[in-house]
Amino acid sequence: MITTYAKTLLKFRWAAIAITVLLTLGLASGGRFLVFTNDYRVFFGPDNPQLIAFEDLQETYTKSDNLFIMMEPKSGTVFDTATMQAIVDITERSWQVPYSIRVDSISNYQHTISEGDDVFVQDLIEEPELLEPEAIANIKSVALEQPQLVNKLVSSNGQVTGINITVELPSPLTEESKLLSKEERDLIDPNIALATAMDFTREMVTGFEADYPEINFQTTGIVAMNQAFPEAIEADAKSLLPMAFLVVIVGVLLFLRNVWSMVGTVLVVLFSILLAMGSAGWLGIMLTPPAASAPTVILTLAVADCVHFLVTMLQNMRNKMPKNEAIVESLRVNFTPIFLTSVTTAIGFLSMNFSDSPPFHDLGNIVALGVGYAFVLSVFFLPALMSVLPVKASVRTSNKATLMEKYADFVIAKQKLLLWAMAAIMIGFSFMAPKNELNDIFVNYFDRTVPFRVATDEVTDKLSGLYILEFDLDSGEEGGVSNPEFLKDVEKFERYVETLDGVQHVSSITETMRRLNRSMNGDDDNFYKLPEDRPMSAQYLLFYEMSLPQGLDLTNQINQDKSKTRLAVTMETRSTQQVLEFEAQTMKWMQENTPAIAAPTTGATSMFTHISMRNIISMLGGTSIALVLISLILLFALRSIKFGIISLIPNIVPALMGFGVWALLVGEVSLAVSVVVAMTLGIVVDDTIHYLSKYLRARRERGMSPEAAVRYAFNTVGVALVVTTIVLACGFMVLAQSNFLLNSQMGLMTAITIVIALIVDFTFLPAFLMLVDKDKSEKSAQDTDKLTSAPQPA
Amino acid sequence: MKAALLTSATVALTLSITTPSYAQTAEERGLEIFEQVSAQNDGFQDSTASMTMTLINRSGKKSVRRMRAKTLEVANDGDKSMTIFDEPADVKGTATLTYSHTKEADEQWLYLPALKRVKRISSKNKTGAFMGSEFAFEDIGSQEVEKYTYKYLSEEQLDGIAVHKIEAYPTYKYSGYTRLISYIDQERLVSLKTEFYDRKDVLLKTLTLSDYVHHDDKNWRPARMEMINAQTKKSTILEFSDYKFATGMTDKDFSSNSLKKLR
Repeated sequence: MITTYAKTLLKFRWAAIAITVLLTLGLASGGRFLVFTNDYRVFFGPDNPQLIAFEDLQETYTKSDNLFIMMEPKSGTVFDTATMQAIVDITERSWQVPYSIRVDSISNYQHTISEGDDVFVQDLIEEPELLEPEAIANIKSVALEQPQLVNKLVSSNGQVTGINITVELPSPLTEESKLLSKEERDLIDPNIALATAMDFTREMVTGFEADYPEINFQTTGIVAMNQAFPEAIEADAKSLLPMAFLVVIVGVLLFLRNVWSMVGTVLVVLFSILLAMGSAGWLGIMLTPPAASAPTVILTLAVADCVHFLVTMLQNMRNKMPKNEAIVESLRVNFTPIFLTSVTTAIGFLSMNFSDSPPFHDLGNIVALGVGYAFVLSVFFLPALMSVLPVKASVRTSNKATLMEKYADFVIAKQKLLLWAMAAIMIGFSFMAPKNELNDIFVNYFDRTVPFRVATDEVTDKLSGLYILEFDLDSGEEGGVSNPEFLKDVEKFERYVETLDGVQHVSSITETMRRLNRSMNGDDDNFYKLPEDRPMSAQYLLFYEMSLPQGLDLTNQINQDKSKTRLAVTMETRSTQQVLEFEAQTMKWMQENTPAIAAPTTGATSMFTHISMRNIISMLGGTSIALVLISLILLFALRSIKFGIISLIPNIVPALMGFGVWALLVGEVSLAVSVVVAMTLGIVVDDTIHYLSKYLRARRERGMSPEAAVRYAFNTVGVALVVTTIVLACGFMVLAQSNFLLNSQMGLMTAITIVIALIVDFTFLPAFLMLVDKDKSEKSAQDTDKLTSAPQPA
Repeated sequence: MKAALLTSATVALTLSITTPSYAQTAEERGLEIFEQVSAQNDGFQDSTASMTMTLINRSGKKSVRRMRAKTLEVANDGDKSMTIFDEPADVKGTATLTYSHTKEADEQWLYLPALKRVKRISSKNKTGAFMGSEFAFEDIGSQEVEKYTYKYLSEEQLDGIAVHKIEAYPTYKYSGYTRLISYIDQERLVSLKTEFYDRKDVLLKTLTLSDYVHHDDKNWRPARMEMINAQTKKSTILEFSDYKFATGMTDKDFSSNSLKKLR
């Protein structure tokens, strides 16, 4: 049947090529719909409890998406006339940032002074050019004594200061908004809004740098981080894809020693990518850094399909078979294995849909599509193309087969040693796997080639970071934030949190209360404490709210009916373990000491802290289903329950060992690892299918002994397995160069796993086969194996 | 257009403005209409009203505050006004007294019953949320013509009513707005809608005034004001009831000492 198909295909080869090119161009045109995300929240599924809690918080208070501009004057102090003038000017100009709703700096900090029964509420720094040295000294002491400012907007040594710009971006586009015209939609598109705000800020900061050359500026914040996503994607696309294509070209030339085969492979790879990304565009998939790594992955996987087809074709031609016959024969031999391996690979990637993190659904689906396209292209387009191109196979020069022969001898001779040594190694590494520590430091998702990361590291180091943990403290009653019992609890908790390791700053309403109490009592320091009764607190708040400028009100700290307040803890950049400890510690403390206000942590930091564990749990199901489906396919392909079960070892163990190796090399894993097992499963299984089907054919069709069958398997597929493994490993090593941690970890770990899989298939598997497949199974050797039927030229 | 010119001419004559109407600039015309609006407001001597303020957040959750307002008309200067808070209970009895001035900064006192003291508040910038609402103190304080410069934009129809669309620019340095666009009912000379533009000249809030009631055949007063924040999607509804005019209040009722005696 496949022979008939192959012959028909070659008859209409020009039509096949034309159809492929046209369809590819048509589908690829969907690429224009691809948009890059710039919202970190895409990493969280709509049901993610931490996301829901965070959105709830955003809904209750002012949103906390921010831009943070750090200013470090070369003079070494923020408190000189020139720098203070700059702060006032920059605070004012920062209001021009599109979508800004609030600007906080030490200059517009609302300072309250009391003289008898006169209360003055004013900017801390006003018209600095008119200030006398004593006034400047006074401003400095006020700022550096103000807990709301120190280590948030000004460093405790007075050397750096920051401007915090809060932005309110439009809500995500709804279904109805799709009916609008592009111009109308762009106006309310949060992605475009964010890019607009960021572009404006960059230009503005460039202006600051020109106006104030004596000040060093650094920009960070959630908005800056969000905008770093598309920029990381773009940087990757520019560096990784050309590198990957180079790997393909060099690899294929080196192994196949045939220029036209290289051309064919490059075209198949290119078309697979165009088709998959085009389809993604038509499907409306939004590109995230993980999803944007799909082209590199597809490229790598598509090469393997081509190599299998081309190796057999070239082998046949070298054995003096005419080209078209060699193509038909290669198709006949490879159609089913390529189909099966494509299906298993696609299953592995599709199982990513179980992930809790939507970008991995997209990656899985795009790659699965790409794998499907690569399959169709390598059995439809590639044979037709090869028939048209003037391919010539040179006389065989390599001695790889004899190398494989020698290797097979070695495996057979040392089978006992290999078996036990490898078993020990496999178990040893697998046991190492749990030693990996989960760590998702979202700032470090970007490597230090990304400007956002460099700026954030510097700002975190000198002033305050992006690691903010928030508590939504509920008094349980309307107006309850003024309840002294509640305020006392909040204050106790605030004092406790301040003592914890890594805490840079705690922002709490209690500080405002203490300060107001002092102001209302003639600035008497004895009143720098919480007001004692509820009406008093409520009335102070009323006074304060009436006296504040626009954008500096309390809506970011107190909810509408004044029943809840938000306490924000800024920390140094912390590992996931440390954040989990912080969360557990604070929860335990609250339950023991202030049970009335006990609340879990929330915010972006908390979301990323739990993301890996949630994903690992959600992917357990996906990986299990993938394993079951792939095993069923293996049972079907190998027509043997026994060998299906045997195949589980070389399919599962490499991933476990991969983690073991990782534990030794790196020791920390991120969100990316949750999908690696399912992903590599679909890939490493290919080696097992190829090896076992050849082994079984030798046993069943040729009645060979296990030893001879092992030798046969090495001779027929050994080289192809080594070549595809090298190509795959190289491809994933390219991905490992990504500037985005999730992609680079995924790439490196997959590369390691694939190499381990080959080692297992080349050592443990044959030794194990020779141990368990004693000649008692000789009766079944007569079974025909229709799937991998005809003998292959050795 | 003819009608409009005629109206302007008539108005110019009645107000004894010497500038001939045909030479009137958009700025002059805007100012003129606001003077008429102000004139329409004047002559009430004093007034009292009850206010209910409903705060509505993004998810539609409501919170209610109640207060009373008293105003005393002052000739040739800004009005004196007092706001007494009734609800929530925690702030009951808290009261503010404001002398708004046309030339210099407003004066303000606050009485806090919990402290039993009157505090004089000096704050240049009162553009923030008033009681957590979408109204700034600036928005509900006395609207003096002199606090803005104006520019007449166009005549328009607003929900079937002929309106003057006029832009106003705050003269006060610490205002939270770059400009306001007001829609003035041509017939009744009251504002129906005002759009507030923030410092980056982006629409911040829209105030809709409705349910106007005619008091003593002299003054129009809105019974309902709705402020919608275009950026945060939060809104506040301010409803007025029990308007009373010319109740005979005097300066004594608007002294800082009087704040303590309120109930």
